[in-house]
Amino acid sequence: MSNVHRDDFGSKLGMWLFILTELLLFGGLFITYAVYRYLHVDAFHLASQELDVPIGTINTIILLISSATIAMSITSIQQGRKKLTLWLIASTIILAVIFLVNKYFEWGAKFEHGLFPGSDYLDSLGYGDVLFFGLYFFMTGLHAFHIIIGIAVLGFMFYYVKIDRLKPDNFQLLENGALYWHLVDLIWIFLFPLFYLIA
Amino acid sequence: MDNTSQENYLEYRGRFKGLMGWLTSTDHKRIGLMYMYAIMFFFIIAAILGLLMRIEKIAPGQTIMDAQTYNGVFTIHGIIMIFIIVIPGLAAVFGNFFLPIMIGAKDVAFPKLNLLSWYIYVAGSILVVASLFAGGGPPDTGWTFYAPYSFKTGTNMLPAVLGAFVLGFSSILTGLNFIVTIHRLRAPGMSWMKMPVFPWTLYGTAWIQLLATPIVGITLLMVIGERVFNIGFFDPAKGGDPILYQHLFWIYSHPAVYIMILPAMGAISEIIPTFSRKTLFGYKAVVFSTLAIAFVGYFVWGHHMFTSGMSGTALFTFSILTFLVAIPSAIKVFNWVSTMHQGSISTDVPFLWAASFIFVFMIGGLTGLVLGALATNVHVHDTAFVVGHFHFIVFGGTGFAFFGALHYWFPKIYGRMYDRTWARTGWLIFFIGFIALYGPMFYLGMTGMPRRYFDYLPEYHGPNILSTFGALIMVTGFVIIVVNLFKSAKSGKKAEMNPWGGTNLEWQVPSPPPLENFDEIPTIDKATYKYE
Amino acid sequence: MTEEKHHITPYKTYLAVLGILIVLTILSVAITQIDLSRWATGAALLLAGIKSTFVLLIFMHLRFDQKIFKVMVGLIIALLVVVIFITMLDFLFR
Repeated sequence: MSNVHRDDFGSKLGMWLFILTELLLFGGLFITYAVYRYLHVDAFHLASQELDVPIGTINTIILLISSATIAMSITSIQQGRKKLTLWLIASTIILAVIFLVNKYFEWGAKFEHGLFPGSDYLDSLGYGDVLFFGLYFFMTGLHAFHIIIGIAVLGFMFYYVKIDRLKPDNFQLLENGALYWHLVDLIWIFLFPLFYLIA
Repeated sequence: MDNTSQENYLEYRGRFKGLMGWLTSTDHKRIGLMYMYAIMFFFIIAAILGLLMRIEKIAPGQTIMDAQTYNGVFTIHGIIMIFIIVIPGLAAVFGNFFLPIMIGAKDVAFPKLNLLSWYIYVAGSILVVASLFAGGGPPDTGWTFYAPYSFKTGTNMLPAVLGAFVLGFSSILTGLNFIVTIHRLRAPGMSWMKMPVFPWTLYGTAWIQLLATPIVGITLLMVIGERVFNIGFFDPAKGGDPILYQHLFWIYSHPAVYIMILPAMGAISEIIPTFSRKTLFGYKAVVFSTLAIAFVGYFVWGHHMFTSGMSGTALFTFSILTFLVAIPSAIKVFNWVSTMHQGSISTDVPFLWAASFIFVFMIGGLTGLVLGALATNVHVHDTAFVVGHFHFIVFGGTGFAFFGALHYWFPKIYGRMYDRTWARTGWLIFFIGFIALYGPMFYLGMTGMPRRYFDYLPEYHGPNILSTFGALIMVTGFVIIVVNLFKSAKSGKKAEMNPWGGTNLEWQVPSPPPLENFDEIPTIDKATYKYE
Repeated sequence: MTEEKHHITPYKTYLAVLGILIVLTILSVAITQIDLSRWATGAALLLAGIKSTFVLLIFMHLRFDQKIFKVMVGLIIALLVVVIFITMLDFLFR
């Protein structure tokens, strides 16, 4: 194709449109949450006590910090500070990994107590608990999946900055990657209170 | 004007030649055609399934298949027709081919993403067709995958549901691509209100593709979760609500029908002014009704669920909104007819399709009102009436518009003209067969024949015979049409740049268009559709 | 298109917002100790909403970008709210 001049605005527009689809993807699950929370308000309240608020809070803060680091990388790349940019992206990835490790232990503890979809123990607790934990695992699981994708995306960003494909005058891709990461953070901002703080 | 320094897109040879040249091409025109060929291939599979259904139903009792097989046949027929044919439909084929040209651009905003969307489409389609074979046999839930049966049935749900999920991605990415294309790549001088109607309908469609599809995506994912992990979202035995599944499913699947019909209406809005030699009546009304349909269409999904057990408040809300959404569609019909009024009508092939579109679409639409009214819905829900309704409005609507668009834009796409007499003959036979096939279903439904049953009471025999014969006639017409087009693509008479006297940009580039559409991006100074 | 002067957000701004977000998070946890009965969910969602607004406007740069992005995001949130509302019309009134 002949040279089409670069369209950063179009690229950003495309990325935002994709983010909108993700909001609606999780939106379907929020609809489900709204319905079942309404129908089983007491059971949800009690089931929420099984979740570990301190770990959830720490994880929330971890994600917030990671959002700040990747946001700052946009400033640093525009200032031409390549090393700082790389450090900020790397920090974001490390924080993401820590989040996943915490999740791994959280879920592990649940499984050990027989709390997982389809378990006889969970079924014995009643409808509200089944639905609460079903939603909990499905939504945090889908979220964790998006974190894994996010880590891969950030990895690519790190690489592109390293090889100077992303530069102070050509960084829309990094901005797009950061937008994706903020989305992951946004979703968790809602997941946290809806599951952990309704006890 | 005719001389261009570029080769046309069909002859162009990049890094690869032959088939590989097409499979690696990011040229929107080639991608559009690849969608068309894939759609035709899968359409034939689904049409054969439909024909088998009609043969089974030529008489009561088992004719050629048992009940379980019939359930599988209508399920796959539906899945293919909906997710693989009409949802991609005109947007994937004619949108891809003509959107850039009609707005004065060289290609879409993200050409590589465009090619990827096609591959995703093919992958999803293969998964769906694969579910026909092996394992527990084809899914038997209907294309609507209602829970809890969809996760309890022993049939091949996983490939079918996964296939639909994958197809959703193709739809989303195409929508994304078109939105950015229309926002960013319109030629200088082409303001929003100078953009032709077909791109406008693609714009509305793209937003629906973008915003509604993720919801069915997550719903299908939840069904897979139910099937594999026994989560309980829709399982009454675990506290889940099957009606919630229906809500989530139709929150997408109703807007999906607007994905099907909006580009179709756009194509009709292109054909009618050209063959009336008259400016489109009420351009602004057509644009705003397009956006209104896209918008209001989000809020009517419950009319598929009137008998499910929803609350009275929900019933009332959905019924009123359904009547509301009919209004912008009706506005369009007035606009088309008003365009024809006192115009200089040429009843050439595309016009025949457009005019018959209006006829069948209206029948489909009006019967939709019967379904949208609560009291009458109870009587006809889940009967053959519904089957008649949606075939008139979807097959009649999107299908007729597809054929119309194909016969309209064929000379531009292939640089050749088809045999008009055979085309007219094919149209007439198809049209007659169509009415005979689907018309009786309204009567059958109103007198009580259920849908999705492989058998029926003897009192329904007569109309069913008519319906089956209609199918055979329609298929004959279809074969004539397709053979004519195939032969003409290869060896038809060479077509000129503007054989119909159209006014939009696609008629100002050579037939077939050069690789990058324009030697120079045009500047737009006059309004569209202007006939002096 | 012509390159406009791209707004560069200072590090201080990001860090200040981060501080606010952490405070709001701790606040959300703290108020669970107070009995707000049926306002509890609303309070949690309100705080989450405020946090999201900061993330959207500052971290995701909506405050400094062209208006169209704010419009799109606003419309989509509205769409989701309306769809949830209509769905609840079924379950609330059964």
